[in-house]
Amino acid sequence: MTDKTKPITRQKFIEELRRYEKGSISRRHFLEATGLGTAMMVMGGAMPGLMPGRAHAQDLGDRVVLATWPNYHDAANFDRFKDEAGVLTQVNVFGSNEEMLAKLQAGGSGWDVFVPTNYAISTYVEADLIEPLDLSKLSNYDPAAFDQRFADAGTINGTVYAVPKNWGTTGIAFNSNKTGGIVDSWKTFFDGARDQFDGRVMVHDYQLTTIGNALVYFGHSFNSVDPAELADAEKLLIDVKPHLFAISSDYQPSMRNGDAWLTMCWTGDGKQMNSDMPEIGFALGREGGEIWSDYYAIPKSAPHREAAYALVNYLLAPEVNAREALAHGYPVADARTNALLPEALLKDPILYPAAELLSPLEFGAAVTLTDPNRAELMARFKSA
Amino acid sequence: MAMTQSRARALLLAPAGLWYVTLLVFPLAVVLIFSFGERNPIGGYAPGFTLEQYANLPSRFAAFRNTLTLAPLGTLAALIIAYPLAYYLALRVSPRWKTTLLILVIVPFWTSILIRSYAWIYLLGGNGIPALLEALGIDSIRLINTPFAVLVGIVYGYLPLMVFPIYVALDKLDKSLLDAASDLGTPPWRSFVQITLPLSMPGVLTGSMLVFILLTGEFLIPAILGGGKVFFVGNALVDLFLQSRNWAFGSAVAVALIVIMLIVVALYARAIRRFGASRDDVGIM
Repeated sequence: MTDKTKPITRQKFIEELRRYEKGSISRRHFLEATGLGTAMMVMGGAMPGLMPGRAHAQDLGDRVVLATWPNYHDAANFDRFKDEAGVLTQVNVFGSNEEMLAKLQAGGSGWDVFVPTNYAISTYVEADLIEPLDLSKLSNYDPAAFDQRFADAGTINGTVYAVPKNWGTTGIAFNSNKTGGIVDSWKTFFDGARDQFDGRVMVHDYQLTTIGNALVYFGHSFNSVDPAELADAEKLLIDVKPHLFAISSDYQPSMRNGDAWLTMCWTGDGKQMNSDMPEIGFALGREGGEIWSDYYAIPKSAPHREAAYALVNYLLAPEVNAREALAHGYPVADARTNALLPEALLKDPILYPAAELLSPLEFGAAVTLTDPNRAELMARFKSA
Repeated sequence: MAMTQSRARALLLAPAGLWYVTLLVFPLAVVLIFSFGERNPIGGYAPGFTLEQYANLPSRFAAFRNTLTLAPLGTLAALIIAYPLAYYLALRVSPRWKTTLLILVIVPFWTSILIRSYAWIYLLGGNGIPALLEALGIDSIRLINTPFAVLVGIVYGYLPLMVFPIYVALDKLDKSLLDAASDLGTPPWRSFVQITLPLSMPGVLTGSMLVFILLTGEFLIPAILGGGKVFFVGNALVDLFLQSRNWAFGSAVAVALIVIMLIVVALYARAIRRFGASRDDVGIM
């Protein structure tokens, strides 16, 4: 190796650059030979934000595969990660936790990082599909900075399997020009669907929320698996079905073009529609409903484990996370990130609803996800 | 000599044989084995031997009913629209335009069916055709998320698969037969019924089979244009494998679908053959 204390000559630098461009030497060799690597280490040491953890100290490979939800990231952050760590992030988008679970159970998913919701994590642990996290590789994760409500589902029997990404709620999006005002109860939602909003209401193609909110209509728990209470929900859903506009979790297009007036809606979708069309509002059901928290986790089968840690650590850096939040409109549980967000966003009633509106909401439970009776109820509802 | 010939035959058949075993026989065997198993408590497949999954098939009756009404209906609609088009392309259009028009039939295949179905959401949605009809004084009607919308999507998506086999059959038609019939004073409608139609039957059969078989497995078009309210067996399968993750029951539904399809296709092929045989007296087939 060259003497690292001696500066490289201009001609030698260009030679090395050409060799690197032609691909005859590796990126690592190039950085070492030219002294750029050392320079970056020194600068990185002085300005930690410049470096994604120990990324440059080890070989991360050239790609990392992320399985996540739609409209849930700032694409520019992945470009920056590519520039800084030399790792290309490949994004796969999914529609439900069940779908992610099915892909991981089937094996050969090729994912390095995925984004399970609170109630799914214990099932992954039970099925031995998820990696206990080595927190020494996640220097940007500071448990003290996180609101515990949105972080504790990641820890199972004292082992940390997942670190918090974002949280949110499942409420009601309404087009106030058509509904004549705010719709903030599941009673109005389901009764209106059969009356003044006939043919204009959408429910999720997702058993957890569609059955859950039908249960809440009767004052039952969002997570109920009690056969008598599920029978109530089934009766309501089958009665409402002929009056629905659609059963679909892709509700933004129909809400935006005015075909649908009312839909079950996740926080970020509500925020995105409200920003573009102020007449579309978002409210939480007064009777209750769902509050949830998404996490970053690494599957046991991850082919690029080191790159997976590097990506999660990068995305947890407060300045990166703040850019993410600005792009997708989901609230963050990390106080360090919130300190960087504009005041207007933190006061936004869609993103950060008042505490008394959140108190009747329930976190989904593991059994709510895996209960076979709820799955069959949904199938009967869809084929009715 | 005989040795080399049989070895050559074995070599020639090897790729196809390998293809069949790995991509057809093996997956089918897996599905069959899974269909006698059980659902793992957290989802997936657990080994076992039970007929429980088959006993549970009636719970998906509506999905089978929808598939087995909309698939034949869609095939018939595609046939009715495709036949005149194929007839025109094969027998009426000038050779100068033929290639261009044939390419135009394939052009939609250059874009994914997903994207083209999304386009139909806007065409059939409230701001599309219904708004146009309203402007013309026809009361607003709901088109999107109805069985009609699914039928439109099906015909649109599968039309080229129906046009081409019929076109090929008509294109090969010996025109001198039509001239002879005309010379002997046969009116055009009769020579169509007695000559053109029977001779194009292989194309009709191929096109209908192709469209019908693909339609029985369809799930994308009902999901997108039916708004989740028009439920096919394909949708039931997607839900069983990806949502409730009941692979055992999903496999039983798949086996039932394959069996029903084989029976329907066999009956259909026999009916068509009978139709051909009854024309034998004309001395053409």
